[in-house]
This record gives sequence, C-alpha cells and structure tokens, in this order.
Amino acid sequence: MADFTPVSAAIGGVLIGLSAVLLMLSTGRIAGISGIFSGLLNLRGEDKGWRIVFVAGLILAPILAGLIGYGMAQPKLPSSWAVIIAAGLLVGFGTRLGGGCTSGHGICGVARLSPRSIAATVVFMVTAVITVAVTHHVLGG
Amino acid sequence: MWIIAPLLCGLIFGAGLLISGMVQPTKVLGFLDIFGAWDPSLAVVMAAALAVSVPGFMLANRHSRPWFAGQYFLPGKSGIDLPLVAGAALFGIGWGLVGLCPGPALESLATLSPGIIVFVAAMAAGMIAHDAWQQARLTAQRDRTLASATDG
Repeated sequence: MADFTPVSAAIGGVLIGLSAVLLMLSTGRIAGISGIFSGLLNLRGEDKGWRIVFVAGLILAPILAGLIGYGMAQPKLPSSWAVIIAAGLLVGFGTRLGGGCTSGHGICGVARLSPRSIAATVVFMVTAVITVAVTHHVLGG
Repeated sequence: MWIIAPLLCGLIFGAGLLISGMVQPTKVLGFLDIFGAWDPSLAVVMAAALAVSVPGFMLANRHSRPWFAGQYFLPGKSGIDLPLVAGAALFGIGWGLVGLCPGPALESLATLSPGIIVFVAAMAAGMIAHDAWQQARLTAQRDRTLASATDG
C-alpha cells in the first residue's frame, strides 16, 4: 500500500460528489460522463450546449491548474496501440450498452440507491479487477 | 447565465479527478490490482464522493425542479437486465486494460497525449457503433412486426 493517498483521495472525492450534486440541483442532469459525451456524438441530438460546456470545464481544469503550478503529468498508457484502441472501443460500447460508467452509475446512481447502478458498479468493478489480475499476473504484462 | 453552472461543474469534477490522482491510469490500476501492491485510494474517492452526493441528491429530491431547468432528467429504467450487466462487464474489461474511464480520458485530452487522443476516438467509435447496432436491431424488429401484421 505504498501508493495510498487517503487525504488527496478524500478531497478529490468530495469535489467530484459536489460537482454531481451541483449539476443535479442546477440543471437537473446526472453527471455521468459517458452519457454527457455520447450526447455530443449524436448529430440530431438537442441540448448539446450544457454538455459541451461541461466537457470544456473538464478539459480546462488541468490547464488552469497548470497555470498555478499544479499541472497534470502525461498519462502513462500501454505501449501497444492495439490495446489502447480495444480498450477505448470496449469502454465506449460498454458504457452505452450498460447506460453509464464510474460517474453515472458509480457515484450518481449509487447515491440515488438505484439497484441498476449498484449492480452495474459491482459488475464493472469485478470485471476490471479480473482483467488487471489476468493482464498483470497471469500474462505478466 | 445558466451555462455557468455546467461549466463550473465540469471544472470542479476535473479538479476532483486531478487532486485525487484518478486522472492517472496507473493510480486507477493500482486500485484494481488487488493481487499486487494494492492502492485503496479509489475506494476513498468513491466513499468521499458518496458522502457528499447521497445527502445532496436527497436535498434535490425535496425541490420540485432544478434552478435552471423545468424538470429533472433521471434515468427511466429500473430493472436489472442483460444489456446492463453485459455493458458493465465490457466496460470493466476496457477500464481494466488501460485504467481509463470516460471522465479521466476526456480530461486528459488537455495533455494532447497521442495515446489519449486515440483512446477517446476509439471510445467515440464504440459509442457510435453501439447506437448504430441498436438502431439496426430496432428497424429489423419493426419490419418483423409490420410483416407479421400484414401476414395476419
């Protein structure tokens, strides 16, 4: 547990929860990032305005943090493009089919005590843990 | 003025992912790797987020409508069905492969990392593929219904 950072994790978690609550109170929307993003891909879709602005805020956050000296490091990704593309396709297809991701189901849905979201959260946590166990320990990636 | 609210929410969400470290795939994988050097940070992030969102959503329930909209937009489905479980399982596999879920992936576009740009493009393609597949299924279903209606 050398990398455990409970204080920054708690502060970050409070901010994520606060964002979800503020979005619900102000616009009546669930802060599910996969849902917000997929709504931007639909050509016919309406109410794109708030989605564009929310995603803009998400991307602006590390840029603004960088201006005050807390920029984010380049994310460390697998060297294989095939793995990155496969993962992206699975995340995109899976979140649409399952109707949410870590934010929509894991935070907003669980907070609303939705049985669907609780089930989805358990399922994606379990398959993600198995995937990491297989890729890191069985295949030795 | 209402547009300020989602912008602020995006900024706060992004700050939360940044401060918690969840914007880094290695940090997320450290949590998912329970058979390795396990890092429980993500559990603390979820617990802290829920500690705020559970009472916050209860508060929203007491208001008849949001500040800047006529109604709440809540998911209509309630039962646990196969698409939910299958979709969550596929998402979990993709998440476990690189340690990226949609929020951190979009936020990381700010770094202009080629790997992130490719991941987000693939994620968009996966979403579009799902919607096209769903559309094709609905059309086929409608055609079958129409055919059986004219046969009968």
